[in-house]
Amino acid sequence: MRFLLMPIRSNKQGVQINVGKDGADYNAVVNTMQAHPDDLKELGAASGATIRVRTDVGEATFQVVEAKVSRGMLFVPYGPPTCQLYGGDTDGTGMPTSKGWEVEVEVVSREPQASAKEPQ
Amino acid sequence: MTLAVVKHATCTGCGCACDDIEVHTDGARVTRAVNACELGETWFRDHSPNPNLPPALIDSKPASLADAVALAADLLHAANLPLIYDHGYSTCEAQREAVALAESVGGIIDSYTSQCHGPSFVATQLVGKVSCTLGEVKNRADFLLYWGCNPAETHPRHTSRYALHPAGKFTPRGRRDRTMVLVDVEETATAKDADQFFRIREGTDFEALSAMVALLRGQPVDERRVAETGFTVAQLRALLDRMKAARFGVMFFGLGLAATRGGHGNVGAAYRLAMELNAFTKFVALPMRQHGNLVGSDMVLRWTTGYPFGVSLSRGYPRYNPGEFTTTDLIARGDIDAALVLGSSAAPGFANVPTIEIGPKLTRTGTIPRVQIATAATGVSAAGTVCRMDDLPMPLRPALTSALPTDEDILNRVLAEVRKKPAWYPQLKGEAQIA
Repeated sequence: MRFLLMPIRSNKQGVQINVGKDGADYNAVVNTMQAHPDDLKELGAASGATIRVRTDVGEATFQVVEAKVSRGMLFVPYGPPTCQLYGGDTDGTGMPTSKGWEVEVEVVSREPQASAKEPQ
Repeated sequence: MTLAVVKHATCTGCGCACDDIEVHTDGARVTRAVNACELGETWFRDHSPNPNLPPALIDSKPASLADAVALAADLLHAANLPLIYDHGYSTCEAQREAVALAESVGGIIDSYTSQCHGPSFVATQLVGKVSCTLGEVKNRADFLLYWGCNPAETHPRHTSRYALHPAGKFTPRGRRDRTMVLVDVEETATAKDADQFFRIREGTDFEALSAMVALLRGQPVDERRVAETGFTVAQLRALLDRMKAARFGVMFFGLGLAATRGGHGNVGAAYRLAMELNAFTKFVALPMRQHGNLVGSDMVLRWTTGYPFGVSLSRGYPRYNPGEFTTTDLIARGDIDAALVLGSSAAPGFANVPTIEIGPKLTRTGTIPRVQIATAATGVSAAGTVCRMDDLPMPLRPALTSALPTDEDILNRVLAEVRKKPAWYPQLKGEAQIA
């Protein structure tokens, strides 16, 4: 199933960067995506399930939780996992395009994972 | 334990650089940061000096500071094209030393700007911009347009301290004297504060902003094309009427413009709109900058090299070219053979080159640096100057002292070691006589 990926900055992400990037909480925040409940139903995944997200450049796994976001979109705080999804092409601007990537999503585990963070 | 309170401390947790923080310490750690938001609170508390931190690590093993500095100088001096990369958390004084170091080793200096608001600088160079300070926003602005940003999450005190809520000289009733509109792809937490929220279709900011410029000029626009952005022409006209009716309007924009495809075009269209509105009223546009002193990095690079980011000093004079001398491109092409990362942990992209990391935390996110040197945290235990998102320099008032050196100290020491070595460029014949 295809989605539009929107990496974002969040308050919890900022707080956890200050606490320390090698902490479990930071990793949980940057590994947790938000999706519309109907999209999760269509995927056949429960809130907190594990999904694999692929682009032409790379792939990463995330926990996905339901949240009040638009259908067809995935929101996740920037972090090491999102860095795997976009490459080094900057269109000559120096800035990798990080928002609005079309991604392919497959469910790895349909059941909730304990580490998933609640939406902001 | 000595309890102490430092008033008017400057927070370097984000680009707001709030300088009204009351920092309480027990002599060793920050215990409270009154007035700080949750980002500022953790910035102060979690950057208190850590007495258990070794001064340095070499290949992940504790090492003396002298050995770490010597190895850092060796790695940078031996490299053909080293990169000095600044995360934007150091003081301006340290950033100035970083430029000198890049020049000494004939390397490239870049900052996190190239990965966030770099396109906004390119837009400024293409279009120009009309700007102001946050003090002017507080005292004068009666119309605020936030576009592609979410200050409620990323800059929690932006609306309460500078923009929407505070009472100003010409906005004495604070929030009641202001109108706030939010444009974003999602109804974020900031929408709760907005008088009006517009959901824009992802990737159509340039089209919507360009249509607004056209309508402002009285030029025809195609209603069907406008509808593809999520706006109707009537909505854009009504928004423009509100903007024109303002006494002092401000557009704040974030990575929703700069980090989507064609970011420099998006921001250029925003700057163009703000400029053209000045035919009707006073209107400005400002980027929502992040990281405590990323703006300082841009400023220091501008006054030392003439350019804000992505500067190569490999020929002995500054050259600027986004896409060529910017970090993401350098890593993707494998151009660099050593890197010094200032102010944070090295990203996974640096895994293929020997990396030196200087910062307050010896953490890792995907790569193991050859050298890690622990330093005092900017604004918490290190003094100096930072620049706010509106380019205003702010003095720091650290509440604690640290046994660790500052970023500036370390860069100075590495620079001194490098200068003991042979110059990287060929000595000209007769140079000694000319000198």
